[in-house]
Amino acid sequence: MVVAASRTAAGVPARPRVARRRRAGTSTRAAWLLLAPFLVGFAVFYVAPIVVAVVKSFTAVTRTSTYGRPVEVFAGLGNYTAALGDAGFTGSVGRVLLFGVVQIPVMLGLALVLALALDSAVVRLRRFFRLAFFLPYAVPGVIAAVMWGFFYAPNLSPVNQLLDPAGIHPDLLSGNVILYSIANIVTWTFTGYNMLILYSSLQAIPTQLYEAARLDGASGWAIAWRIKVPVIAPSLVLTGVFSIIGTFQLFTEPQVMAGVSSAVSSSYTPSMAAYAQISAQNYGLGAAMSVLVTLLIAILSWLFFRITRARAAL
Amino acid sequence: MTTQPSTRSSSVVVTTAMFVAAVYFLLPVVWLAISATKSASDLSTTFGLWFSGNHLGQNLHDTVTFGDGLYLRWLANSALYSVVGAAAATLLSAMAGYALAKFSFRGRSFTFSAVLAGVLVPPTALAVPLFLMLAGAGLTNTAWSVLLPSMISPFGVYLARVYAAASVPDEILEAGRIDGAGDVRMFYTVSLRLMAPALVTIFLFQFVAIWNNFLLPLVMLTSDRLYPVTLGLYTLNTQITRDPDLKAVVVTGSLLSIIPLILAFLALQRFWRTGLAAGAVKD
Repeated sequence: MVVAASRTAAGVPARPRVARRRRAGTSTRAAWLLLAPFLVGFAVFYVAPIVVAVVKSFTAVTRTSTYGRPVEVFAGLGNYTAALGDAGFTGSVGRVLLFGVVQIPVMLGLALVLALALDSAVVRLRRFFRLAFFLPYAVPGVIAAVMWGFFYAPNLSPVNQLLDPAGIHPDLLSGNVILYSIANIVTWTFTGYNMLILYSSLQAIPTQLYEAARLDGASGWAIAWRIKVPVIAPSLVLTGVFSIIGTFQLFTEPQVMAGVSSAVSSSYTPSMAAYAQISAQNYGLGAAMSVLVTLLIAILSWLFFRITRARAAL
Repeated sequence: MTTQPSTRSSSVVVTTAMFVAAVYFLLPVVWLAISATKSASDLSTTFGLWFSGNHLGQNLHDTVTFGDGLYLRWLANSALYSVVGAAAATLLSAMAGYALAKFSFRGRSFTFSAVLAGVLVPPTALAVPLFLMLAGAGLTNTAWSVLLPSMISPFGVYLARVYAAASVPDEILEAGRIDGAGDVRMFYTVSLRLMAPALVTIFLFQFVAIWNNFLLPLVMLTSDRLYPVTLGLYTLNTQITRDPDLKAVVVTGSLLSIIPLILAFLALQRFWRTGLAAGAVKD
């Protein structure tokens, strides 16, 4: 019981309990009473916008004559074919895919190593490290991007100032590098957050689970990789899914970098592409792009869950 | 436990590696703090990681008086949106998460699946249709357009459900029922208190999410008097190439804007830690 409860607290989805027989009538009413305020807001601010987006994605605006009133008409799949035929949009999807393939393993690997180190007996100043790693999470994405933007700017960067005498002049804002420069901002911001999720799962592992192994002479490394990592695998999967979702929603950091680097176009990520269409009042096309991204996120998250579950079952 | 020599040396190695990691995570903030003490011209002409002259007073003055107190107004807006939004979101999430964790009723698993699906929906997909909807209601470019959507947090409900399952023992609820206490009253008098540390966690995460939010205010607000500090600084940052003197205001303003968050995390760390490791049911 203790194990189950504390593992749940560490962010592992709880299995739905078997329904218990209860004085059904009053309990059910109480449950819906408690749920009602949230559900009303959820319907208005989550469900309705999705419905609006889907409806809009099938409409286009036409004018009867040059100066006529704009009329919304049914456009069938027109917006979707337009989105899929838009090189800027499809390019942005490929870009975030590459971003995710590189950045997510680096970030989660780093988070896992830091969490294991903090959880091991060998590290001193644990409190300080935990705070230092988590601190970037308290920095808003806009501020982080502005800050790193200064850090990357060739005339401001302390990195460039140090390398200048050696005759090396890296441009971290140039076309080939900017994607990784943005990946670094995201890694900097979210590693500590993911580390904290993994760390609290590690802390919830009952020590009896590996005390026996330790008495048998297993090293700290063996305990970490063979016992601790498998036990917190569900938390790792969770951080993986949240990272995939976050990657496909990438907006703030590239939007800020677009202000300081000409290598970041207005359709650099799918979210930026959709936002650019909306700003140009192409609501139908923008909505179609949003719907496509949402579908892609759903499919990828589902696939990720499936693959990691199948692996875990082996 | 005895400390063997090998443990001690690996302790040195691991701790050194941790220091390197800590430098990576702290350096940009240190750079920001140092830069806030420099004049706009010194920013690009002197070494970034060391001091040069003391312009902190001047920079603070320039930031606070910028646009007749516009920067302070942005800070106040951020505080308003974050405190009110997070408080409401925490209460709504607690109620919903508790109901999903502690009651069995028809439609429960469907409701929970719908909420979880809400976590997956990208804000970009929501922000724009939300703009069209609120424009129809005449609410765009008002504080409500940022506040109301911030009060709904599917992730908060998910956390509340996990925490309620872990920290509110069924035994207490059964005892309450036998004593004839209503389920809703039990929630406000007993369960809410048991969930308190977890609620601080939910509040903190939602507070940070709202304080950091960029897209929603970007889409909703046109009047700079309503901007939160993130959107305000973003706008200023885009004007730097035209007006290099703004650089000092952006740097100092950025530093000022993250201080409240850092303080909140330091002051409340006891709570988010207990929240994350929420108490186990002992039987």
